[in-house]
Amino acid sequence: MAVIVYPDTVEKEIKKASKEAVYYASKVAGQLGTETIALALGTLEEDKLSTLAKYGADQVATVHDERLDHFDSCAHTKAVAEIVEQYSARVIVIPYTNNGQGLAPRLSARLKAGLVPGAVDFPRTDGDFVVKKGVFSGKGFAYYKINTDRKIIGMLPNSIGPQENPKAGAVEQLNVTLEDSDFTVQVKDVQKSTEGVPLSEADLVVSGGRGLKGPENWGVIEDLAETIGAATACSRPVADSEWRPHHEHVGQTGQTIRPSLYIAIGISGAIQHLAGINKSKVIVAINKDPEAPILKEADYGIVADAFEVVPKLTEALKEKVAAS
Amino acid sequence: MGSSGFQLFEFLVSFGYCFARIERRKIDLMKSLVCISKVPDTTTKVTFTDNNTKFNEENVQYIVNPYDEWYSLVRALELKEAKGEGTVTVVNVGPADNEQTIRKALAIGADDAVRIDAQPTDGYYTAAQIAAHAKDKGYDLVWAGSESIDYNGFEVGGMLAELLGLPYVQNATSIDYDGSSATLVRNIEGGQETLSVHSPFVLSTQKGMAEARIPNMRGIMQAKKKPLEVISPVEAENLTEITKFEHPPEKGEVKMIDPENVEELVDLLQNEAKVL
Repeated sequence: MAVIVYPDTVEKEIKKASKEAVYYASKVAGQLGTETIALALGTLEEDKLSTLAKYGADQVATVHDERLDHFDSCAHTKAVAEIVEQYSARVIVIPYTNNGQGLAPRLSARLKAGLVPGAVDFPRTDGDFVVKKGVFSGKGFAYYKINTDRKIIGMLPNSIGPQENPKAGAVEQLNVTLEDSDFTVQVKDVQKSTEGVPLSEADLVVSGGRGLKGPENWGVIEDLAETIGAATACSRPVADSEWRPHHEHVGQTGQTIRPSLYIAIGISGAIQHLAGINKSKVIVAINKDPEAPILKEADYGIVADAFEVVPKLTEALKEKVAAS
Repeated sequence: MGSSGFQLFEFLVSFGYCFARIERRKIDLMKSLVCISKVPDTTTKVTFTDNNTKFNEENVQYIVNPYDEWYSLVRALELKEAKGEGTVTVVNVGPADNEQTIRKALAIGADDAVRIDAQPTDGYYTAAQIAAHAKDKGYDLVWAGSESIDYNGFEVGGMLAELLGLPYVQNATSIDYDGSSATLVRNIEGGQETLSVHSPFVLSTQKGMAEARIPNMRGIMQAKKKPLEVISPVEAENLTEITKFEHPPEKGEVKMIDPENVEELVDLLQNEAKVL
C-alpha cells in the first residue's frame, strides 16, 4: 500500500528535485494514510541517505550496486518495478527530471500503471485519483485522471518546492536480481555544464537576448547574476549565434524553467521564449522597446538601454546584499 | 596435432564471420523509424470547449511537432545521407486529416510513412500502437521527440522502448552511429552525459541534434508520390484520461519602473514579490 518515491541522483548526489519529490511523496502518503519509502539505487553515502529521511521518508530502501550509479533506463526500471511489487506500492512518485523522464514512462508501460507526466500539484484522492499538469507549453492546465489501481506521478521539479518533513527513515538494504544484460548503456563521460548554479535548479535566473548585441557584452549579465547568486540563461537567437552555449537556451525548444525570479534583459519575448519561462513566479523585463511582448508577460518592467540600467541595478543590489 | 586442428577451426570461424558480415551488409541497411506527432502551431491561441473538457480545434493551424521534425527526423536523414544508404520511415497515430502534416515530413525527406488510423488518446495508447507496428520490422533506430508541444508529456519514447524491449536514451542532444553501436550525448540535471549503446534502441531528442530543414519545391512534389500506408489500430488501453482543462491565471498588469530609480525595483523584489 505504501508510496514509493525514487530520488534521482547524478554522480551520487541527491538533486534538489529529488528532495522535493520525497516531500511531495510524504504528503501524498499522509493523504492516503500510508507510509513513504524512498528508494535509492546505487552506492550512495550514508549522509545522503539520511537526507531522504529529513524530507519525509519513513523508510529508506537502498540497492547497493555500483552498476546502478549511472542511470540506465532498462536496469533502473527493472529494479524499481521489482521493489514496487515487494512493497505492493500503490503510488510511485518520480521527479520528472531528465533521468526521471527515462524511468517513469518505461515503468508505466511495464507495470501498466497510469502516469501523470509532469504533475504540478498534489493529487486529489477523494474518489477519482486526479492530478493537475501543465499543457500546451504553459498556455493551459489539464486534470489527469489515472484509471489504473497503481499510479505513477512524474512530479515537475520546482512546482511544490522542497520542504523538510523529518521522519525516522531507517535504512534497509534490498536485493534485486540484475543481470549484466540488464545494463544497456555504457557511460563514458559526465560533463558538468555550469560552474555556478545549474539552470534547472536555479531559484534566480538572469537571461540575455539579442538586445545585448554580442557575446563580448555578457559581462553585464554575469555581474548581475553573480551579485544575487543567479544562474545565467539566454534566448534562442543568442544560442543559435553561438554567443552562449546551447544548454543556456530557455524557451520552447530549449529548457523550460520555473525559477522564483526571471530577469529578461534585451529579450523581446517571442511566444516560443515565453513558453519556456512563463511558469516563473516573478518576471522582470528590461527592454528598450516599450512595445516588446515580454513586457506584457512581466510583473515588473523597465524601458531603458540595458547597458545603462543593468549596471545601476547591479550596484543597487550590491548595496542591499551588503546591508543585509 | 591439436594446433593444426585449432587453426582449421579458427579459419572456419573467421570465414564464417566474414561471410556473415558480407551477408549482413547486403541485407541489413540502416532503418530508422521516426515517430511524428501533429500539434497546434506555437502561436495558437489555446481555448477549450464542451465545458472545458475538450481542446478547441477550430481555426487551429497544425504542424509537425518541432522536436520530432527538427531534431529526430532531420538527424535521422543526416545519418542516412552520411552513410549513403538506409531508409527513414515516419509513423503517426491519428485520423485521415493528419495526412497533410505527414506529407510535410515526407517533403523534408522521409522515404515513406505509416499512419495508424486512431485517435491518440493517451501516451500509453499511442506507444502501444507504434510498438505493434514496429515490433517485427527490424528498425535499428527508433526516434521520438523528447516531448510534444501540446501535452508536454516526455513519455511516448520511454513507453515505446519498454513495449519493444529495447534500450532507451532520453533527451539526447547528439548521436553518431556506426551501423551497430552509437555514441550519444544526453542531458542530465546540471550537465551532460556521453554514453554508448548498441542498436536497436529508442532515443528521444532535444535541441542540439540538428538544425531545421525547410522543404524545397522538389521535396514537396516528391512527397505527393511517396508511399503512405494506413494501418488499423490494435486493442490498447488508456491508462489516463483528461477530465478537465483550465486556463492559467490571468497575469496582473505589469508595473513599470523609472530607469532612473532602480532602487524601487530592488525594494519591490524584496518587499512586495519577496523573491530576494
